[in-house]
Amino acid sequence: MIPAIIVFAYLAVVLYIGIFAFRKGSTGSGSGEDFFVASRKLGPMVFLLSIFGTNMTAVAILGSSGFAYQRGIGVYALMASSSGIVIPLTLWLIGTRLWSLGKKHGHITQVQFLRDRWESGGIGTFIAIVTALMLVPYIIIGVMGGGSTLETISGGLVPYAVGGAIVAITVVAYVFFGGMRGTAWVNTFQTVLFLAFGVTAFTLIAKSVGGFPATMQAISEGPQSFLLTRERMPAEEFFSYMFIPLSAVMFPHIAIMCMTAEKVTHFKRTVVLYPICILLIWLPSVYLGVVASKVIPGLSPSEANDVIIRLLSQNTSPILAGVLGAGIMACVMASDSQILALSTVFTEDLFAYYGGRKKFGPKAEVWAGRTFIVLIGLVSYVIALALKEKANIFELAIRFAFSGFAALAPVMLAALFWKRSTKWGALAATLWVVGCVFANWHLTNISDAIAPKPPKRPAASAMRGGPAAGGGPAVQRGPQAGAPGAPDAQPGGTPQVTGDGPTPAPSVLETAQGGAPGGAPEGMRPAGPGAGGPGGPGAGGPGGPGGKKKPPTQVRIFPQLGDMFLRGPVNVTIFGFLPVFPMVVGSALLMLLVSLITPPPSKATIDKYFSK
Amino acid sequence: MKIGLALLVAAVLVLHHDIWNWKDASLVFGFLPVGLAYHVGYSLLASGTMAILVKYAWPKNLDDDDEVAA
Repeated sequence: MIPAIIVFAYLAVVLYIGIFAFRKGSTGSGSGEDFFVASRKLGPMVFLLSIFGTNMTAVAILGSSGFAYQRGIGVYALMASSSGIVIPLTLWLIGTRLWSLGKKHGHITQVQFLRDRWESGGIGTFIAIVTALMLVPYIIIGVMGGGSTLETISGGLVPYAVGGAIVAITVVAYVFFGGMRGTAWVNTFQTVLFLAFGVTAFTLIAKSVGGFPATMQAISEGPQSFLLTRERMPAEEFFSYMFIPLSAVMFPHIAIMCMTAEKVTHFKRTVVLYPICILLIWLPSVYLGVVASKVIPGLSPSEANDVIIRLLSQNTSPILAGVLGAGIMACVMASDSQILALSTVFTEDLFAYYGGRKKFGPKAEVWAGRTFIVLIGLVSYVIALALKEKANIFELAIRFAFSGFAALAPVMLAALFWKRSTKWGALAATLWVVGCVFANWHLTNISDAIAPKPPKRPAASAMRGGPAAGGGPAVQRGPQAGAPGAPDAQPGGTPQVTGDGPTPAPSVLETAQGGAPGGAPEGMRPAGPGAGGPGGPGAGGPGGPGGKKKPPTQVRIFPQLGDMFLRGPVNVTIFGFLPVFPMVVGSALLMLLVSLITPPPSKATIDKYFSK
Repeated sequence: MKIGLALLVAAVLVLHHDIWNWKDASLVFGFLPVGLAYHVGYSLLASGTMAILVKYAWPKNLDDDDEVAA
C-alpha cells in the first residue's frame, strides 16, 4: 500500500500545481489566449519539458518495456530513435512556422491557420472534426492507463474503475483550473520525474540483478538471443515506422503547444535536446524490458506490459517502488494536454467560429472551454470502463490516431511551404486519410476470423507469482493488456504468406505460435517474436514453449489480389508495409495532383502567408 | 549550403536503417547489444544534426518576428 500512498501524494502535488497556475492566471487577462496558450509566454525550459512530456504517454515506459520484453532491442530503433530525428525535424520545419503565424495572426489552433490559408471555413471544420475524433482514443489511454497502473501499484486494492476515476478527476481538475499554464507546468514536473525515473530504475535494478553484463551474456547464449537482434523484425515494418512520428506535430495538442513559446528561439534548444530526452526515457525502458525476459520469464503479452512494475517491486523497496510508480503515473497522465487541446478545438474551431464568441463574449469562451474539459473527462472515463475488456490502449492510440495524423502531415507541409497548394488538394488528402482509417478498420474486422491465432500458454502469474509493485498479487490488466505480442514474420524479415484466403485454414492456425492478438495496432504491431526460431516471447513468452513449428504467418485477405492485403495476428499490412506508409504517400500525392488541377488560392492569401 | 544540409538530413535518415546490425547479437562493453548501441549513437547523431540545422539553416525571418513581438 505504501507505493499507492506515494502515488496519491504525487497526484495531490500535480493538482496543487494546476491550482497554483490558476491563481497566477487569474491575475492576468482571463482571455481565451491566456487560458488556451498561456498568453504565449512559456520560457525555454518549460517549453522543452512540456512539449516533450506531452508527447510521452504510457507507451514510453509501460509499452516500450513490455514491447521490448517480447521483441527485443529493436523496439528502441523502431520507435525511439526514429522519433528522435523525425519529431525534431517536424518541430523545426512546421512548429516554428506555426508559432510565427499564430503570433502574427492570432491563431491558437492549427485549424484556424488552415481555415484561413485554404480560404474555407467548411474544410477547416471538417479537419477540426477529423482531428478531434482521432484525438479521443488518445485521451482514453490516459484514463485506462491510470486505472490500470493504480490497480497494479496498489496490489489490487484500488480497483481499475476507482483508479481511472481518480486519475480522470485529477487531470480534469488541474486542466480546468490551470488551462495551458497549469498543464505545461504539470508536464514539466512530470517530465523531470520520469527522466529521473529512467536513470534511477536502471541503476537500482542493475544492482539487484547482479549486474547487467551477466544477464545479457546469459540471454545471448540462450534461446532468447534473438531479443538482442532484429532478426525477426520485418524490414517493411521497420521502414514503415519512420512515418509514424510525422504524426507528432499534427496532433492538436502539440501544434497548440507550439503556439505557447514566448520566443521562436525556444525551439532551438527543444529540437537539439529532444533526441537526448527520448534517449534518457526509452533506453532504460527498452533495456530493462529485455533484461526482464531473463529475470521474469514466461509473461504473457498482457502481463508483459506490467514488466517494469514487476521488476521494480521485486528489486526495490516499497518506498522506492512508490516513487518510481509515480514516475510511471507521470507518463500515464500525459493525456492532460490532449484534453485541453480537444477542448480548445471545440471552443475555438467550432463554438467561437460559429458565433459563440460574438454572441456570448470572450469570457464565455473560457467557460465553454472548461465545460468541454469536464465533458471530455466524463465521456473518456465512461468509454474507458466500457472498453476495458475489449480494446487496449495501443490499438486505440495507434490505429485511430497516429497513422491518421501522420498522413495529414503533407497537408500542413503544403499549406506552409507550397503557394500553389489548394483547399481542394487539402480536402482530397483529408478524405483519403479518413477513408484509409475506415478501410483499415474494415479490413481488420473482416479478417479477424482468419487472423493467425496465438496459442494458449501457461499464465505467468501462476508460474512466477508475479507480485506487483507493493508486494501485492499480479494484476491482470485490461486496457494495456496485450499490446505487443503478435508475431507475423519469419526470421529475416520477410513475412511468410499463406494464401489460403479467408477460410480459417487449419495450417495457419496450427502454425500460429505467436503472441496474443492483444490488439497491438498497426504502428505498434509486433512482428517477429516466435517466428520460426526457438521459443521466443511471441512463442510462449521468454522461456515458454514454442519454436518447434512454423511461426504465425500472414494470410491473404483477398487471395485473388495476392500479397496486397495481408492479415497478421493483429493487423493488416499492404504488401507487408504498415498502412501508415501508403496513407502518407497517398495523402501527399493527392495534395499535389488535386492542387495542380484546381484554381490556385487568391493573391491576397498568397501575399498574406508567403510574403517575406 | 542548402543542398549540403539536405543531403546531411537524407543521409541521417538512411543511416537509421542499419541492416548490417540486423542479426548481430554481440555485446558492446559486455552489456549493450550492438544494435542498441548503434541506435544510442544514432540518437546522439540526431541531436548533433539538429544542432547543425539550427546553426546553419535557422529561418532568420522568424527571428525577426521574435524581435517584433518583443
